[in-house]
Amino acid sequence: MSENIKIVKNATCTFCGCVCDDMELTVDLDEKRIIKAKNACVLGRAWFAEHTIGDWPVAMIDGKEVSKEEAIEETAQTLVKAKFPIIYGLSDTTCEAQRQAVAISDIIRGTIDTTTSVCHGPSGLAFQGVGESTMSLGEVKNRADLVIYWGGNPAASHPRHFTRYTVTPKGMFIPNGRKDRTVVLVDIRKTPSAPVADLFIQVKPGKDFEVLWALRALVKGKNIDPSIEEETGVSLATLEDLVDKMKNCRYGVLFFGMGLTMTRGRHFNSGAIMALTTDLNEFTHFVTKPVRGHGNVTGADNVLSWQTGYPFGVNFNRGYPRFNPGEFTTVDTLSRGDADAAMFIASDPASNFPKVAIEHMKKIPVISLDTKQTETSNLAHVAFATSTYGINTGGTVYRMDDVPITMRSAFDSPYPDDEEILTAIKKRVQELVWAKQGIKIAVGEARVA
Amino acid sequence: MAATLRIVNGKLYDPINNIDGKVQDICIEDGRIVDSVSDDATRIDAQGMVVMPGGVDIHCHIAGPKVNAARKLQPEDHRRDPHPGTPFTRSGTGGTVPSTFATGYRYATLGYTTAMEAAVTPIGARHTLEEFHDTPIIDKGFYVLLGNNIFLQNLLREGRKEEFRQAVAWWVNSTKAYTVKLVNPGGDEPWKGKKNSNVSNIDEKFDGLSPRQIIEAFITTVNDMGFPHPAHIHCNNLGHSGNYKTTLETMRTAGDQRAHLAHIQFHSYGGELGKNPDSKAAEIIEYVNTHPNITCDVGQVMFGKATIMTADAPLAYVLRGLTNSKWVNVDTECESGCGILPFSYQEHIYMHTLQWAIGLELFLMSKDPWRVILSTDHPNGGSFMLYPKLIKLLMDRGFRQEEISRVNQKAIAKTALNDLDREYTLYEITIITRAGPAKALGLKHKGHLGPGADADITIYDEMDDKEMMFNAPRYVIKSGKAIIANHEFCGDHDGKILHITPAYDEKIEEVVQPFFENYYTIEFDNYAVSDSYLHDHEIVPTANDR
Repeated sequence: MSENIKIVKNATCTFCGCVCDDMELTVDLDEKRIIKAKNACVLGRAWFAEHTIGDWPVAMIDGKEVSKEEAIEETAQTLVKAKFPIIYGLSDTTCEAQRQAVAISDIIRGTIDTTTSVCHGPSGLAFQGVGESTMSLGEVKNRADLVIYWGGNPAASHPRHFTRYTVTPKGMFIPNGRKDRTVVLVDIRKTPSAPVADLFIQVKPGKDFEVLWALRALVKGKNIDPSIEEETGVSLATLEDLVDKMKNCRYGVLFFGMGLTMTRGRHFNSGAIMALTTDLNEFTHFVTKPVRGHGNVTGADNVLSWQTGYPFGVNFNRGYPRFNPGEFTTVDTLSRGDADAAMFIASDPASNFPKVAIEHMKKIPVISLDTKQTETSNLAHVAFATSTYGINTGGTVYRMDDVPITMRSAFDSPYPDDEEILTAIKKRVQELVWAKQGIKIAVGEARVA
Repeated sequence: MAATLRIVNGKLYDPINNIDGKVQDICIEDGRIVDSVSDDATRIDAQGMVVMPGGVDIHCHIAGPKVNAARKLQPEDHRRDPHPGTPFTRSGTGGTVPSTFATGYRYATLGYTTAMEAAVTPIGARHTLEEFHDTPIIDKGFYVLLGNNIFLQNLLREGRKEEFRQAVAWWVNSTKAYTVKLVNPGGDEPWKGKKNSNVSNIDEKFDGLSPRQIIEAFITTVNDMGFPHPAHIHCNNLGHSGNYKTTLETMRTAGDQRAHLAHIQFHSYGGELGKNPDSKAAEIIEYVNTHPNITCDVGQVMFGKATIMTADAPLAYVLRGLTNSKWVNVDTECESGCGILPFSYQEHIYMHTLQWAIGLELFLMSKDPWRVILSTDHPNGGSFMLYPKLIKLLMDRGFRQEEISRVNQKAIAKTALNDLDREYTLYEITIITRAGPAKALGLKHKGHLGPGADADITIYDEMDDKEMMFNAPRYVIKSGKAIIANHEFCGDHDGKILHITPAYDEKIEEVVQPFFENYYTIEFDNYAVSDSYLHDHEIVPTANDR
């Protein structure tokens, strides 16, 4: 440890959607790394410890080191030449970078999509279908006397969700914290989150929708046949008891995870939990919230929505945004072989997409921007190494409850940030597109430049 | 387009400078209107055209968390109305809640160059400013929601008036707001904390505090601090039969102090709660006419698709009960609530026609156009894209009669609309869409064409069909730069943020901070919005700054 130590207070951890902004980071400025992250959970500590400065080049083309400028030129040429270029990722970068990425898609008439399409995309669709009664996390802390988690395991995925926001904190109308709340966990198996709950309800795999729909019926005073237990693994008495708890609480909340959105039923499951929440507002105040994963996936939804009107899966082929999940979502554009160039930003689809999609990635020019070498950067035609948001750059991120937070940089990185690279690419693709169309406009005259 | 510009041969409408249709040149240099420019300035020949200051929207919902939630909610609203880009401009989508780029460009295509977002939670200020950065052409600001702020209400309960005043100023500074907004003051806590109930009376105390006490405190504080625009108030009981009494009481609470009442059409209903309302437009406008301290915007309802989005969450829930449509509710910790749902106003429905007619009554019975300002509470009463049609309804009696004949006649019979012959003049339209709102906002450089004014100028072809005329300006000039020429986009412009920075004692932070640590989930030091979110901006001075 060197003498050159800096303390950064109120820094933000972007590992998960909790986006805790109470980190106290101890930074060794000589070694350029974070040696201590006070208040961080186990995941956050790993996040801060692992993001040191690497020794890979800022830019590579086909595995060979090149200048940043050469890589920007090659990227712009590749994107403009393509007939169906796609941009994907974005959930682990700043809103400022996301805005540039959407601009590039607009200019090149490409397709833009985010990791939402493979996590809570179904919740986005359900939201469009039925709406949602929801809240910022502080309302849960201050008011919720009934907290239900469904299809998620925050103890493992969002370790501070319970302690910072929802279960243990004392709040304005919850003076005794945990003692004033009833906590329920619904899942297909007993997870490490179960000990936190007063009541654990085990549902047969793939039967969440049936349980949710039965709850809706019971809330509305309809009869449910006791055979529901055989179908779902949950007895009628248990359901009736849960309905009783839900109707009689003062402020209830239903959190849900990918156990609902990525299993049988998908957006029907999300829609059912949102509709159940709406129904409950006839009796008391009730809210619901998907527990989002990546640090700024919520920001990506917001940026795409304000710039295009749609949250993910957006295509600009016709010169204006169109939305069609299944058609313009990335697993689909790759698996069908539509995409003829791809730019992946702060995401590693080559490590987690279906095999057929990865096979297609290998056939087309791929551009990657990432803080680390990844499966995706390894197969990329152009690979940029960028600095890490919230560690080397400031900028804006949105917590899972749409609350925007400005990050603090802990130490400088020799690598450029995503926004800088994307802004340069945007300028260059704009020039190329104008040249292609024979339009003479000085850069700076138009919005896009 | 060069930095100097001369507009010649146009008929000027500039009520602030008492110019009513006189042919006169306008000279522009470096984004401002000046007395003269050199002879080699670029010329725009406005022969046969009408020249007005750029439009100023005093009350609309165009950016921020609730607007974006409404965008996400309605793909069906966007897909029928794409907004293609041009070499100069970004693409987007329209509908009643357009994307940010489409919002800026579409305001420009109506000749509007300034718009104020009327309701932003403090915690959502950062989001709103980010969207503003992507909302081109227009200058913009927002009103920050403080009327249901729990910390401020606690100070009022405890009679800590000076700290209340300091905290209001701190919040306005911390969020980069333009003024404070009250929405259904006192109504959030019953909604969130008492099983979706609401306050029903301006003097009904909740935990020892009534809406009237909250309203009075904000009106006084904002006037004391000399904000350019007074407290902007969405009264209690919006939409409910018999609510005109609440509206009158709210205005009386102001005494002779300045106050702005938002979308008064929604607050001018007679009748009994739970039954169909009738019109009390005459009573409301009579009070406004005789009290020069009050400004208001009408919140006209226009038939067709709308989107309800309001910090009045209990109201949105009531409407949801009527329509059974998809519904969004968002509770914001310590600060506010919000409700959103798709809506449509239909000619055959009694209530909707009554609302439409009451709005027109208010306009037509207004004796002071400077204080009764055009708005649709976009997108609550209808899109801002319907302003040209609304202008035609006001200017063209024949057209109005045709429209009246097509709507619910039982509702019309409950109003005085058939007896109102008035037709607005172009001069009066210039007042209710430009000069009036600029004056009410305290924007001394806007709403007029005199030397020193921002060169935000719209040039329309003079036409008999006023809807057509106001739908397609031939030129739109923003800050001295031509944005639209011969009906085509020929440039782009960022527009700037308008905000105020009232002075406050920094010690108030020590009072606010412990509350944050206990009840907020964001750190106090991360709460205030930094200057980095203001790209181009203008601090409008308060009376106390001058």
